[in-house]
Amino acid sequence: MTVQSVSLTIAGSGGAGVVTAGSLLLDAAARAGWYALMSRSSGPQIRGGEAAAMLRFATEPIMSHDDSFHLLMAIDWDNITRFSAEIPLTAASLIVGDPAHGDAPAGLLKNNPRQAALPMAEIAGGIENGRPNMVALGAIAAMIGLPPAAMRIVVERALKKKGTAAIEASMAAFFAGIDAAANLPAIPKLPAVTVDTTPRWSITGNEATGLGAIRGGVRFVAAYPITPATEVLEWLAPSLAKVGGMLVQAEDELASINQIIGASYGGTPSMTATSGPGLSLMIESLGLAVAAEVPLVVVDVMRVGPSTGIATKSEQSDLNIAVYGLHGDAPHVVVAANSVADCLFTTQWAVHLAEAMQVPTLVLTDQAMGQARAILPKPAELAFIGQREVARQAVEGQRYKRYAMTGSGVSPMAIPGTPGLTHTADGLEHNEFGTPSSQASDHQAQMDKRLRKITGFNYGDHWAEIIDSEVGAGDTAIITWGSATGPAREALQRHADAGGKARLISLRLIAPVQPEKMAEALKGIKRAVVVEQSHSGQFYRMLRAFYDLPAKTVSLHQGGPLPFGPNQILDQLKLLTAGSA
Amino acid sequence: MESCAQKKKFLAKDYKSDLKPIWCPGCGDYTVLNAITRALAEMALPPEEVAVVSGIGCSSRIPAYTSVYGFHGVHGRALPVATGLKLARPDLTVLVTGGDGDGFSIGGNHFLHACRRNVDLTYIVMDNQVYGMTKGQASPTTAPDWEGSKLTPEGTGINPFQPLVVGLASGANFIARVSSSDPVNMAQIMVEAIRHPGFSLVQVLSPCVTFRPEQQEWRDIVRTAVVDYTDDAARAARRLMTDDGFNVGKVLYKGSRPPYRPEFENTDGSIGELEARFAL
Repeated sequence: MTVQSVSLTIAGSGGAGVVTAGSLLLDAAARAGWYALMSRSSGPQIRGGEAAAMLRFATEPIMSHDDSFHLLMAIDWDNITRFSAEIPLTAASLIVGDPAHGDAPAGLLKNNPRQAALPMAEIAGGIENGRPNMVALGAIAAMIGLPPAAMRIVVERALKKKGTAAIEASMAAFFAGIDAAANLPAIPKLPAVTVDTTPRWSITGNEATGLGAIRGGVRFVAAYPITPATEVLEWLAPSLAKVGGMLVQAEDELASINQIIGASYGGTPSMTATSGPGLSLMIESLGLAVAAEVPLVVVDVMRVGPSTGIATKSEQSDLNIAVYGLHGDAPHVVVAANSVADCLFTTQWAVHLAEAMQVPTLVLTDQAMGQARAILPKPAELAFIGQREVARQAVEGQRYKRYAMTGSGVSPMAIPGTPGLTHTADGLEHNEFGTPSSQASDHQAQMDKRLRKITGFNYGDHWAEIIDSEVGAGDTAIITWGSATGPAREALQRHADAGGKARLISLRLIAPVQPEKMAEALKGIKRAVVVEQSHSGQFYRMLRAFYDLPAKTVSLHQGGPLPFGPNQILDQLKLLTAGSA
Repeated sequence: MESCAQKKKFLAKDYKSDLKPIWCPGCGDYTVLNAITRALAEMALPPEEVAVVSGIGCSSRIPAYTSVYGFHGVHGRALPVATGLKLARPDLTVLVTGGDGDGFSIGGNHFLHACRRNVDLTYIVMDNQVYGMTKGQASPTTAPDWEGSKLTPEGTGINPFQPLVVGLASGANFIARVSSSDPVNMAQIMVEAIRHPGFSLVQVLSPCVTFRPEQQEWRDIVRTAVVDYTDDAARAARRLMTDDGFNVGKVLYKGSRPPYRPEFENTDGSIGELEARFAL
């Protein structure tokens, strides 16, 4: 069944407390037993610019925003049209503004949404230390059915340090908002959840990525700040310290990638996180990690490119550089998270893959999932722990071969400090000992071995998430990856509501490619739509190059930063299946 | 551990691999390699507890010519690799070897920040004022009027980089200049550099006999510095300002800044505690 949900945006200028209001609402919704997703958008100002908090609430887990918003609550109109493309409104939507700030700008009214007035400033003015954003929250709570008790708990926790007076002022403004909402037109309400014992978390994708790294065994992180990856690193800095690891701020991305190469060579599972421009700088040294066989994880929280692009907004356009960016033939692993929760799974898995195969592993997430906060079911405990095959003892009379030929291609790695196994790890082509070699036979053997490591590895079922609609797979597939998976999943549900059959295949393992597994997943599939947020259709082209796709395969691709709405994908599905029963 | 290691006698040859260097006959780097192995023997460091890290260039080939743990990375990035290694493995003695191009041009930013960060590393730069591996181009330490390269036939016209001045200004905790023509002195200074906590910078005047044959005269030009080291950075700076680059054989500066170690609680905190913060 299609999710029952309500979507709303709170917008306002810097200082209006939009993001605070959104966070309070998210936490209160969690207390009320709902699930939620919150994304933020802000202007280009470093501090204090206009902002919008986009929220969606539901009574079951959600992975995506809806196609449009039921409510836009504008505390004021400052620069709000900057966000108008990100806040799609329909004739059924409702804009609530404060008459003290005048009329809604025309840019918001293209689809003739309903409009209503809520004198937030005036109401707040009548309460000592009352704030308009709390009035707005009260109105929202009343409109969407959020129980006031949930908000009280959250406000008490948030304002504990400011004292009882501040808490009571906030709650007074909140209740005044509830009263004022009686005069506002209706938007969909969610039912109150009476008993829900499912343990739930409130977490961002970037935090989930950091946690996945620690769970996988990462204990050294080198960091260079970059939007939108910085929160991964900022979460890791104190968290690593608590589990006996460390984070070092490096002078640039060239340094951070090479620091983790050094730390990992020393035996410590290591990681860095960056975004497109940083990944570009790291590429040469990723090749070094391939050649010298140093396990490590690099997380790329993708943003709009090329160049500086749009640093604060999302795109899935680093696929090509992640897969093909390295010079020479450089087999490595690229995995991609498909949701906020999956950032945890995929990063933890990546540490496991990197360590097991002694190979650099790239994790692709993006701004949309990285900076989104979700209320979700507590993620399962995973068994993946990075484990390296280590050479522990010298064999009498035998010189240690760091790059020994083995069946799997993985050679036991001696960690510095181990007597009798000293060697030099090298980015120069080398023989089994690690001695530089320019001989064709050595190059061939080492290339074969490095490729064999990752092609022969058992990735299990994790290579993709495959979901059939509730009425069956039929002969139609949506093939997608990363953040596009959320709306694709919801499109699948909506399609099923209308009796439509389809299968969703969301690739988690981008490289090495898995043609046999894909062939299995595509059995009986006659038509497919490939969905991705890339202007040039990078994913579609990659699929075309490596997989046998159904004869009727179409590409649904668009550049960032606007995310796909579920209906956009649903429409494509309908088009694709039109004329076939 | 230490007392056990001290008991065992090591010879310089115990730190050498059986690989024949690719260097030209007469290259200064041969004696630098000898001095490094001699210093390690003098300190009786077990080979497995030492790591030599390098980037790209003639002198960056050194790790493979030793019998300690080695890492031969990409051009210009030896210092970050060594930084990560030493921070993750403070029990190891970590040396970094390389040339003037690797360290001061492509790796220049890392040089500044390695001095600043002051991780306990010893950085041995074999300075021959030329890119040898690519057959003789001007490096950052080349004089502006050197016309020996097809890349800059009129000379670079740019004043040379001053590694020791920059190192001092950036916060290196130990600074010395030596000449490859005096292996015994080199070894002594290297022992001091390794022992001194924090980031130690040793500039070695190491001639390139092939592309800068005139540098063979260096052995006659160099002179042993007349003054002993100072712990006063301002005094060291004044000395460097009047230095012609050929005062060798002594430590110029020893600082007392404590080496960098990131603050971490190293509590036995569990992952469960981290996760609890997300629970509702």
